[in-house]
Amino acid sequence: MTVAVEKPENADKADKVDKPEGSAPVAGARRISRRMMLAAILVAWLVLFAVLRGKHTLTLAAADLTDLHRWFNDVNDSIGADRNSNPLFLYFFNEIRLVIDNLVTFVQDLISQSSAGRSVPQIGWLGVVGIAGYVSWAVGNWRVALLAVAGFTFLGLQGLWQESMDTLALTLSAVFVALLFAIPLGVWAGLSDRFNRIMTPFLDFMQTMPTFVYLAPLTLFFLIGPASATIATLIYAAPPAIRITAHAIRSVPETTVEAADSMGATQRQTLLKVLLPMSRRTVVMGINQTIMAALAMVTIAALIDAPGLGKTVVQALQSLDVGTAFNAGLAIVVMAIVLDRVTTAASGRAEAARSSGNRFLKWRRPLLAAGGVAAAVLVYLSHTYVWAAEFPGEGSTGSTIARAADNVTTWAQDNLSGVTNAFRDAITNGLLNPFQTLLTDSPWWLVGAALVGLGTVLGGWRAGVTTAVCVGLLVGTGVWSDGMTTLASTVVATVLVMLLGVVCGVWMGRSPLVDRLLRPTLDAAQVMPPFVYLVPFLALFGATRFTAIVAAVVYAAPVAIKIIADGVRAVPETTVEAATAAGCNTWQIITKVQLPMSRSALTLATNQGLIYVLSMVVVGGLVGAGALGYDVVAGFSQGQLYGKGLAAGLAIVLLGVMFDRITQAAARRTSA
Amino acid sequence: MARQARQWRAGAAGIAVLGLTLTACGGAKVGDDSAGGSDSSGKCGTFNLAVNPWVGYEANAAVVAYVAEQDLGCKVTKKDLKEEIAWQGFGTGEVDAVIENWGHDDLKKKYITDQKTAVDAGLTGNKGLIGWYVPPWLAKAHPDITDWKSLDKYASKFKTSESGGKGQLLDGDPSFVTNDEALVKNLDLDFKVVYAGSETALIQAFRKAEKNKEWVIGYFYEPQWFMSEVPLAKVKLPEYKDGCDADAAKVACDYPVYELDKIASAKFAKSGSPAYDLVKNFTWTNEDQNTVAKYIAVDKMSPEAAAKKWVEANRDKVDAWIK
Repeated sequence: MTVAVEKPENADKADKVDKPEGSAPVAGARRISRRMMLAAILVAWLVLFAVLRGKHTLTLAAADLTDLHRWFNDVNDSIGADRNSNPLFLYFFNEIRLVIDNLVTFVQDLISQSSAGRSVPQIGWLGVVGIAGYVSWAVGNWRVALLAVAGFTFLGLQGLWQESMDTLALTLSAVFVALLFAIPLGVWAGLSDRFNRIMTPFLDFMQTMPTFVYLAPLTLFFLIGPASATIATLIYAAPPAIRITAHAIRSVPETTVEAADSMGATQRQTLLKVLLPMSRRTVVMGINQTIMAALAMVTIAALIDAPGLGKTVVQALQSLDVGTAFNAGLAIVVMAIVLDRVTTAASGRAEAARSSGNRFLKWRRPLLAAGGVAAAVLVYLSHTYVWAAEFPGEGSTGSTIARAADNVTTWAQDNLSGVTNAFRDAITNGLLNPFQTLLTDSPWWLVGAALVGLGTVLGGWRAGVTTAVCVGLLVGTGVWSDGMTTLASTVVATVLVMLLGVVCGVWMGRSPLVDRLLRPTLDAAQVMPPFVYLVPFLALFGATRFTAIVAAVVYAAPVAIKIIADGVRAVPETTVEAATAAGCNTWQIITKVQLPMSRSALTLATNQGLIYVLSMVVVGGLVGAGALGYDVVAGFSQGQLYGKGLAAGLAIVLLGVMFDRITQAAARRTSA
Repeated sequence: MARQARQWRAGAAGIAVLGLTLTACGGAKVGDDSAGGSDSSGKCGTFNLAVNPWVGYEANAAVVAYVAEQDLGCKVTKKDLKEEIAWQGFGTGEVDAVIENWGHDDLKKKYITDQKTAVDAGLTGNKGLIGWYVPPWLAKAHPDITDWKSLDKYASKFKTSESGGKGQLLDGDPSFVTNDEALVKNLDLDFKVVYAGSETALIQAFRKAEKNKEWVIGYFYEPQWFMSEVPLAKVKLPEYKDGCDADAAKVACDYPVYELDKIASAKFAKSGSPAYDLVKNFTWTNEDQNTVAKYIAVDKMSPEAAAKKWVEANRDKVDAWIK
């Protein structure tokens, strides 16, 4: 459930898009016939639906299981049964666990947990703030250094210093281990097309498989403790770094590589001296995305005893204490924004340093050394003195924030209920119910055929084949009917995401001021643990599919908005000026120039919007969406439903792969 | 060059002075008061207590942990875990005890009977009720609604955007076993089961229903801290008889009363740790648990503070556990 991909992938798709495919008039003719074919498929579907309604729907009641589900259960049980005698456990998983446990404990001893006879960690708050400021300044600039110092101090003022440091320790360890694998794998995938093709399905799997499905087995392999939490986090957080690194290596201009070759550079030299340095900026963006993804896992990891802010959120929500949960959620957001801005500045610096003049460089060394000494002094102080080790004060800022959040929530619940119910009913009855009926009450083979048809027309025969395979496997999972219910909500949520994305994206793309104001809100919506805002939403909309859709929109819209804003901004200024000179008004410029010219951004936004909506399916299941999300959660909670939960998780992955391939293929075609 | 060196020297000197000043005005040093801390190992050693994610459980765990630490000198490590994972911990030696267990016959078979890594550690004294509940205003306005036979009469009132023309029966904390789909079918009720999906969603639904006088009927359970905020009324279903829920598809009776119990790891039970005896002897009433749960959930006390308050007021009960 997170922040996987932004700009770099954007560029990635844009690259693919550039390849021309057929000449313009042919494309035009094809587009018209394509539209006709789409309409024909839909009409045929509707007619057959009217005739065959309610037949072959493959429904499965909540407590019923198929043979596949039972088989999954048996496999899971047998793994647990012989874990103490199996050599794989004794010599492989246990060793991995030991290494990771030691790493995490080491970082925790440094900054968060009392260790070795001390009542406080080795480095107290002052030291951590000092290091954070110094490192941010060294890799970024003084502005992000100030932000880091202010942000970390704020965590202490919130009364959450230790929790925050636990979260930071776990996040840093997970990111470190993730990058250890991700960067070499990414480089390999960047160099070899074959490896890239093998890797892609695995990455899709890691990103869309709901964490709940593998959380319980993980604790079987790696026991309860930091190792399991770290591995759960890195499974989800590593893919963006791999993808983006591969993309970075690929986008080094071919001519540069050829030049290196012709000068007699060996392959190793080309990699170390040309490819890696030239893709450094983008690789840092990948690290940034990995950090964001890791932070989004904080609350889930808390379910297997991962220490930190996630625990505070989970515990507060047991008694529906929204204020306390919000305070902890805000701390996660603050940490995310600090880490995001620092890594972004670091990636910018890689360029800036090369192009900036010497005068600055001459001063940099002594300044860096002086800063280092200052940071060391702060670390020493925080190691030695109580006032610098334990954050002073009672965290009164935190309780003020909690109280304010409580008040806002209560006010909204009391005053907005009527309006929101009308809105909910309009969307549910007007859009969601008819669509869901069409999907769940049609025979499975009819829906399957329609999906394959749509896939082929939109994305070409290859996308059609992928769709057919996915439909087949979906039927195989035994949760077809639940899958269709989820599909209906997913599509409705994506439509809402795109509406919001276009409106806000265009607004942000046209005005840098709006961009600067909205962006922190968007970041917050991506990393704030969903349940913090879902509690008031539950009061407003009840436990309904609509609440689940709203949750998905809150989480997925920021990505779509950011991508569209980038797309609109990338439209050449001269074109817009020309249109203005020709007498177009603002509305015309937006609809006739800026939106059509950022078409590839729009398709990418749809793709990412859908994938992000799918990653919220499980959260949706917790607030009334039922279907696949509920299956996954129930499978996590009840042993006899484990197999069904796993099957539902697979179904979510299949839906994701299907949509991803269709929209990507469609994107390549529309911009041809 | 010379100028730069001078700058350097000045800078270094400045930092040194700054450092010295800060050190001089330092204050209390870390470790000055380290006398306390690690004297509590004793005979008990470490006690790994699973904490499942609901407030009632937290109340049990808080009190047991408090007594183990204060009276027995154990080092208690609380581990926040979902039930399934806590049970897995018996096998891997990471969890010593689960202090409130609701049924879970499948887990008992797997870990107690088959793997023999866990043992039954007796009842907690709490009685767990599961069933259908309505908000108090509804029970007052329509007293007959607390009998399942009159539910159909009101079915149309319970309609929502989710229930497809029928009455809505709000179900589903995913952690609890439910027979509701079978019940609705076998009792021939004009209702549809809608899965709320979490305890949070259920509580919010009932809270809102009571406040705005809305029609809601749903699956719930007690002991539960929310009952002290909104005392929901239980709907009477056909009486539970032994074995009437044997075939899940044919269930047409109420849920059994769950005698909540405690589970310990086999290794822990054999270790002779006084903490095991505490776990075994621990027993209290629903009222006791509700009191501590209210301290935590409604009065927002920390679990430790809540446990301290209860233990101090109920010393006699505590003494019976550790005598």
